[in-house]
Amino acid sequence: MLTVSNLQVGYGLSRVIQDVSFTVGNEEILAIMGRNGMGKSTLLKALVGMHPSKSGHIKVDDVELQDAPSFERVRQGIAFVPQGRMIFPYLTVVENMMTGARGEVEQSTFDEIYTLFPVLHEMRKRKGGNLSGGQQQQLAIARALMTNPKVLILDEPTEGIQPSIIKDIARALREIRKMRKISILVTEQVVSFMMDSCDRAIVIERGRFVHEANRADLDADKVKKLLAV
Amino acid sequence: MGQYTASELWSITAMQSFAGFSLFSVLLLMALGLAIIFGQMGVVNLAHGEFMALGAYTVYLCSQLAHNYAPALIPVYFLFAIVAAFLASAIAGLFVEWSLIRFLYKRPLDTLLATWGLSLIMQQLFRTIFGAREVTPTLPDWLMGSFKPSESIDIPINGVFVMALTLALTGGVWLFMYRSRLGLRMRATVQNRNMSGAVGINTRWVDRLTFALGCGIAGVAGAAFTTIGSTGPDSGSRYIVDTFLVVVFGGTASLLGTIASAFGIAQAQSIFEFFLEGTMGKVAVLMTIVVILMIRPKGLFANKVRS
Repeated sequence: MLTVSNLQVGYGLSRVIQDVSFTVGNEEILAIMGRNGMGKSTLLKALVGMHPSKSGHIKVDDVELQDAPSFERVRQGIAFVPQGRMIFPYLTVVENMMTGARGEVEQSTFDEIYTLFPVLHEMRKRKGGNLSGGQQQQLAIARALMTNPKVLILDEPTEGIQPSIIKDIARALREIRKMRKISILVTEQVVSFMMDSCDRAIVIERGRFVHEANRADLDADKVKKLLAV
Repeated sequence: MGQYTASELWSITAMQSFAGFSLFSVLLLMALGLAIIFGQMGVVNLAHGEFMALGAYTVYLCSQLAHNYAPALIPVYFLFAIVAAFLASAIAGLFVEWSLIRFLYKRPLDTLLATWGLSLIMQQLFRTIFGAREVTPTLPDWLMGSFKPSESIDIPINGVFVMALTLALTGGVWLFMYRSRLGLRMRATVQNRNMSGAVGINTRWVDRLTFALGCGIAGVAGAAFTTIGSTGPDSGSRYIVDTFLVVVFGGTASLLGTIASAFGIAQAQSIFEFFLEGTMGKVAVLMTIVVILMIRPKGLFANKVRS
């Protein structure tokens, strides 16, 4: 589904992502774990086209996207839920969702999203900037789903969210995978969230992958150690 | 006041109200395009007045064409000329965005200088093509004259036409911004350009179309102004200060603010000018605006959200 090979990303002369390669399989949920400053967000921004990559390949279903602008990548099936949500504060909940839509949107699409996130139905006429952090996170995921993605990419979806909603988000990711039959790539620091929602995890340190395991084989203590400051 | 009879006072009030509404229409027409370009996109376009002048000159050209080649069309040419004015200014706007503005987003001072330079270039072009003297298109008969609802009240038809056009254009801009998919994409792009790209919006194309639309609306405003005055190379620069004043006073990102601002400024100016005198009336209005902006720096209708 999503194939990344020999990707290098940096700011000026510094290289933040150093020659990483990985694949997110069909209907797989892959977590990339790492401490702050290890390159997680930079990697995702490069995948989405919000930051240019220096070299390498990014493919969705064998379509090369490395040089494509953001909007083109979205049309090819990549959807992004950024760190800090970045919802449009002065647009209503429905308008926020509609920014991701192409063509006519069927009512069933809204029904599906409101089933996943009932609070968005209650708040549908409210401005995005007036929602709580957890509600904004749900809205950001809903907005991404409106693009009908093949791969959903989320950057630290639990950051700044209260623990009860973290469990809801983990459950929602599993539901989304089941309903839409899509692949999901998520960066995280919370091991319990990863254990709740993901099939496989990769640990990143200083722009390189240093550990990889399926959930069943994962040594949680080792991952916690790698994530410790 | 004692020297007026009740009937005269009523006529004066009616005429002053009409003058206020007429000025409101003119200010709103000028400000609508800029409310999109400056208010929504954040582009300080000092050449906005020249796009109005381009619309006015387009009407003049259409008038000449109708006069010289198709006199039978003179009664209706003006309606087509409004469309032509929109298209001419919009196409010019499209070209200006592509060749100049797109390199200057997020650089307001550079944009200010560049668009000021553009306004001088456009003025010189108008001077070279149409001459330094002001021109006036031949208006159809149905736009001339006035009607008298009573003996002492005289309402000019061109004023009513400008009001109707303003109403239609305002409705159109509102529908575009708040009911169309492109309007939604435009508002999203203004709020977060990077994220807009990441939800699939082609932000460069949205920028180009938005700028062209703002310029096109300026062109329609220019076309409307030919019914109430003549057009010269520097006609646009006469409007530009008032236009920015309306948009800033209303709150830059608010269409409703622009409407309220144009209404407030027009009515205040009309009333002050009647009770004081022309210049003092304008000074009083400006002073009031300065005081209100000191209290509400983001204008009358600033958007507020939690985060």
